[in-house]
Amino acid sequence: MVQEAVDVHMESRNLVVRYGNRVGVGVGGGVSLPLYRHRITALIGPSGCGKTTFLRALNRMHDLTPTARVEGEVLLDGENIYAPGVDPVLVRRRVGMVFQKPTAFPTMSIYDNVAAGLKLVGIRDRKRLDEAVERALKGAALWDEVKDRLRAPASGLSGGQQQRLTIARALAVEPEVLLMDEPTASLDPISTQAIEDLLLTLKEQVTVVIVTHNMQQAARVSDFTAFFLNGEMVEFGPTELLFTKPKDPRTEAYISGRFG
Amino acid sequence: MTAKDLALKRRYRTERLMMALVALGTLLAFLVLFLVLAYALFQGVGALNLDFFLKDMRPPGETGGGLRQAIVGTLIVDGLGLLIALPFGLAAGVLLAEYPDHPVNPYLRLLSDTLNGMPAILFGLLAFILIVKPMGGFSGLSGAFALGFLMIPILARSTEGVLSLVPKEIREAGLALGLPRWRVILSLVLPTARAGLITGVLLAFARAAGEAAPLLFTAFGSPLLELNPLKPMDTLPLRLFAFAISPYEDWHRQAWAAGLVLFGLITLTSLLARRASRRRF
Amino acid sequence: MRRLYSHFGDRLFAFFLLLLALGVVALALLMAYELYRGGSLALGRFGLLGFALGREWDPVVQKAFGAWPYILGTFIVSFSALFLSFFPALAAAIFAAEYAPRWLAQIINFLLDLMAAVPSVVYGLWGIFVLAPWLRDKVQLPLYMWAAEHLPGLLPLLGVPTGYGLMTAVLILASMIVPYTAALARDAIALVPKEHREAAYALGATRWEVMRLAILPLARGGIIAGAFLALARAVGETMAVTMVIGNSHKLPYTLFGGAATMPSVIANEFTEAVEDLHLSALIAVGFLLFLVSMLVNSTAAYVLRRQERLVKGVL
Ligand SMILES: Nc1ncnc2c1ncn2[C@@H]1O[C@H](COP(=O)(O)OP(=O)(O)O)[C@@H](O)[C@H]1O
Ligand SMILES: [Mg+2]
Repeated sequence: MVQEAVDVHMESRNLVVRYGNRVGVGVGGGVSLPLYRHRITALIGPSGCGKTTFLRALNRMHDLTPTARVEGEVLLDGENIYAPGVDPVLVRRRVGMVFQKPTAFPTMSIYDNVAAGLKLVGIRDRKRLDEAVERALKGAALWDEVKDRLRAPASGLSGGQQQRLTIARALAVEPEVLLMDEPTASLDPISTQAIEDLLLTLKEQVTVVIVTHNMQQAARVSDFTAFFLNGEMVEFGPTELLFTKPKDPRTEAYISGRFG
Repeated sequence: MTAKDLALKRRYRTERLMMALVALGTLLAFLVLFLVLAYALFQGVGALNLDFFLKDMRPPGETGGGLRQAIVGTLIVDGLGLLIALPFGLAAGVLLAEYPDHPVNPYLRLLSDTLNGMPAILFGLLAFILIVKPMGGFSGLSGAFALGFLMIPILARSTEGVLSLVPKEIREAGLALGLPRWRVILSLVLPTARAGLITGVLLAFARAAGEAAPLLFTAFGSPLLELNPLKPMDTLPLRLFAFAISPYEDWHRQAWAAGLVLFGLITLTSLLARRASRRRF
Repeated sequence: MRRLYSHFGDRLFAFFLLLLALGVVALALLMAYELYRGGSLALGRFGLLGFALGREWDPVVQKAFGAWPYILGTFIVSFSALFLSFFPALAAAIFAAEYAPRWLAQIINFLLDLMAAVPSVVYGLWGIFVLAPWLRDKVQLPLYMWAAEHLPGLLPLLGVPTGYGLMTAVLILASMIVPYTAALARDAIALVPKEHREAAYALGATRWEVMRLAILPLARGGIIAGAFLALARAVGETMAVTMVIGNSHKLPYTLFGGAATMPSVIANEFTEAVEDLHLSALIAVGFLLFLVSMLVNSTAAYVLRRQERLVKGVL
């Protein structure tokens, strides 16, 4: 695949998310952050600084939280996903999400889990489903481990396998952007390794935004990094630069371990 | 229009359809309740007057009078039943909650759940066999036993539930002071849970106050005010039943009044219970 | 010394608790035993199977006692009521747990509590004076007239349109058991972890699709348990059914015509039963009712336990 020129795929402008009248993220003028196409952007920062809150604003998950209010804009290919008349269901199809805890649907088979999103949009054709499921499972580096038991219940998989299954499920609907909220936080080191390896191949298909509280992980996998602190986006830049020559003293303090 | 748009349109049609079905189903689920309440209010308010509480019932065919004998009977039979049930129900609940490892607990829990699921009329049969037969006749006391039997498992499970909400720290604080366990339970845990315990008792009382089935062949009913629990006694649900299936207009009117009073009692206790259970310790 | 004393106090206290708590155990065992013993005269005379399957219940002339009409009546009435109430109850649960704003959900929860708490004689009262006459005049009679003209073959199925019979009992009962299914279904739906519904939303699912994909499959056990619990209530419901079912044990039952159930025959005949065999037969019906209730309730408990394990496994 020919690497395309780096262009902005998604972008937040002056984004503020409030829970009631508490600001979840966007202290001091809101978050403005570009997310580059086919690149991995890591969001780092101490717990409670607003990473999850920011991430969920990118596919309108806050619509599900009655107390949450979103201000500002999120552009997806230049169009504001919060503009009136935009359907959050369609936004979420283009911007998929993977959560910290593996959320394979436990009563469904492995196959049905991956096919779930496709069946929603009315794809019933056996052959197309088979192909898509295989492609997604291969994309999530799970195919070899489950190809002989696609009909087995997903609840029989290990935690790391279930997490890759949810990645496969998200990939199957061919999203443009994949949001991942600490996808390895509840996994063992070997599964974590598998998912980190996977991320590097994933970016050929999708733009990835990954929240992690593990700075090494951010340094290993991401192309860009944004550092959040107390609801404010402090600094954003190419990962290498941010970790070697941080501009803001708070960033420096954090990456050199003073905040833990 | 593309196939994708069509599929999306179909999905939204399903979404709207299900939404409508859910709303319709919800309305349907409550329809009869609303109607029953509306009629009980409408008919009952017209039928309710001071005489209802102050006078005893009149002979068949005559109008006027009230249901004093049934109200008093309800209070006596249900009150005695509560006295019978309290020690057993509370003790079982305390054992279940405060001695979680006690070897009888699995059986205790299983059996109180079994009893909780039993039709109320079976408690009446049991009280008939155990009390009415040996005593040789119907009596308020046998009705109290029937209701008491009914209340025991309810009290056991509500007590257990309430006590399990009491924070561990309260017990630990007491034990750390060197208090024996029984003192901790009696003077720390139970007082902390008092509001919840009272709620449980209220709910059990209200539930029993509405029961007619277990009293049909125990308390039996009586047209006259009766204060001696060894004699047959009247209760509101029993009298409501008897009046409802009678051919007399005025008795029908009083049946609605009885329905309204019962309903008011139930709503009041449910509301109280709701308020009390919202309070955390 | 002090420790020894308090240790003794603890033992004594626990002993008293145990003694009283064993009252619960005794009550359950006593109920099983006494109902069996009380019914043994009839059960011994006709045999358990003969009694349960006998179609003749005639306390006066033949002095024969077969409980089949009541078992059949209980079966028909309670399953029909469950069938009618299941989807509305599920809808109310879904509405309260997923669709309604907080304040409305709270009202619904209160109404569900209230519905379960309204005494059954009050439902029965409404059934006698409102529902039964209305059904007779507005539903049964027109249907009967219509069938008489166009489909006479239907008439034996419909029966006499008196208003007091199977249909009325089923309708009343259906609305009385709604809260049992609804409350358990609602709790089961509320227990589905937030992550699961969000995962479905993140796939681009609509609200109903989230329900279908993520919520209902996980809540299934609780919903089924709720249905069994509602069934158990329906089986044991006495007063409301007795007041409107017309109390006839003449088989075959018809849609409009009178019928009887196990609890209704006990309620109806017990105080009038003078002969030992009759009394014993009624207690034997009670014993059968005990067995059926236990079976249905334990099934509900079993399904619920499996459900809890499933959800715990997910968390
Ligand atoms: N649903 C919510 N309601 C109210 N406040 C919330 C909610 N979710 C998060 N917050 C608050 O918003 C802030 C940011 O939280 P979050 O985005 O979860 O941080 P992070 O993911 O970086 O740990 C925190 O102060 C948190 O307490
Ligand atoms: Mg987070």
